[in-house]
Amino acid sequence: MELFSVLYNEVYKILLLLIPVLISIALIVWFERRVWGFVQKRRGPNVVGPFGIFQTLADALKYIFKEIIIPASADKIVFILAPIVTMTLALVVWAVIPFSEKMIISDINVGILYVFAISSLGVYGIILGGWASNSKYPFLGSLRSAAQMISYEVSIGIIIINVLLCVGSLNLKDIVLAQEKLWFVIPLFPMFVIYFISALAETNRTPFDLPEAESELVAGYQTEYSGMMYAMFWLGEYANILLMCALGSILFLGGWLSPVDIYPFNIIPGPFWMIFKILLLFFIFAIIKAVVPRYRYDQLMRLGWKVFLPFSLIYVVLTASFLIYFDLLPNK
Amino acid sequence: MQLNRIFKIIFLSEFVKAIILAIREIFRKKKTLNYPFEKGKISSRFRGEHALRRYPNGEERCIACKLCEAVCPAQAITIESEERSDGSRKTTRYDIDMLKCIYCGLCEESCPVDAIVQGPNFEFATETREELYYNKEKLLENGDRWESVLAENIKIDGPYR
Repeated sequence: MELFSVLYNEVYKILLLLIPVLISIALIVWFERRVWGFVQKRRGPNVVGPFGIFQTLADALKYIFKEIIIPASADKIVFILAPIVTMTLALVVWAVIPFSEKMIISDINVGILYVFAISSLGVYGIILGGWASNSKYPFLGSLRSAAQMISYEVSIGIIIINVLLCVGSLNLKDIVLAQEKLWFVIPLFPMFVIYFISALAETNRTPFDLPEAESELVAGYQTEYSGMMYAMFWLGEYANILLMCALGSILFLGGWLSPVDIYPFNIIPGPFWMIFKILLLFFIFAIIKAVVPRYRYDQLMRLGWKVFLPFSLIYVVLTASFLIYFDLLPNK
Repeated sequence: MQLNRIFKIIFLSEFVKAIILAIREIFRKKKTLNYPFEKGKISSRFRGEHALRRYPNGEERCIACKLCEAVCPAQAITIESEERSDGSRKTTRYDIDMLKCIYCGLCEESCPVDAIVQGPNFEFATETREELYYNKEKLLENGDRWESVLAENIKIDGPYR
């Protein structure tokens, strides 16, 4: 009986997180399309529901009723498994993201490590999908994607060392609480910019969307997918984008903390600030997709390994020496 | 010069400029129409759906001269004619295969009595193929429905013919 009540409590908490995340993915896809439309002086989707809010729902319905085509030469089990892996991993990470001091499903001490472990596993979904399709474009796309995600994960990892040096804890809650006096975006601004660009690469967004470069690779690793399986890849992708925005706001923008601790701002509950910050970062994500052209593959690799990696390493040394010199190290 | 370039790269100034430009564009007036609810202006010479016109007294204009059938480059028009009881030459059959039609406007151009015309309607999509094989009744019905616009368009275009 006890087991059931525990299970019940946990399931209820998980659903309370996952359903809003899925709904917000739907809303955010609509928001993004509207933003691109507006930047290009179009109107964007505006027919389904008020201002077209339900456009993504209509699209989802379309995907659900579409036939799923499995290519004859594909490895069926892996082919079906790949989108499931992508989406599951993208949603599992949300367990450790704190929306306020209380609103967090599992408050584990190695939160940030967990996030990076799972998001590294995300490459598997793409690799499996591309390889199991047994076709040229998906294969090339998935290879590119794997190389790209691994390279940029390295620089993100080193950027996070910067933050961790200032916090002294791997717990995401402690990271936010350490920013009560000063958001890390101010002392670590160059790292924030590099984090943002790496996040774009990590989630295969525009300047770095080589894995699905439609002009050369049709749709990259998604070429052979159709119907709901294709939609699941997209859900996973957008869940990852949201996650990167959430992580950016936790690491640099002070998570659920209000920007100034004075009267009209500090009565707004934490989750609202968190969501506002995620949306702000996502807005920049969307705008960037509308304005920049695609990188060449060698440029992408050069940027990752020859610019971001050394630069963030140097910044780690700078941060560390600064902290030691001024005796500011946390938990001595 | 070189220093300037390095400065630009380090501070991502081009990107920042692009983002500011994009944000400014968001608040500009939209260039597109809200299509099904608002429509663009159509020229009086627009070559849309075909229609067969009538004289004000209800008599069909078409005299079955078959010039349109002859000139049609896609051979979309089929006409059969017969002498009517009052001695005038009239069509018994006037079919246009709207799927073959290339909307070149030569039928309209060749018609000596302004019977066959192409109207301003371009929203005549159907769910089956058969519905797009127009016959005489359908064309005359179109003519009756759009007559006011068609007459107006022909009047505007008159001086240039």
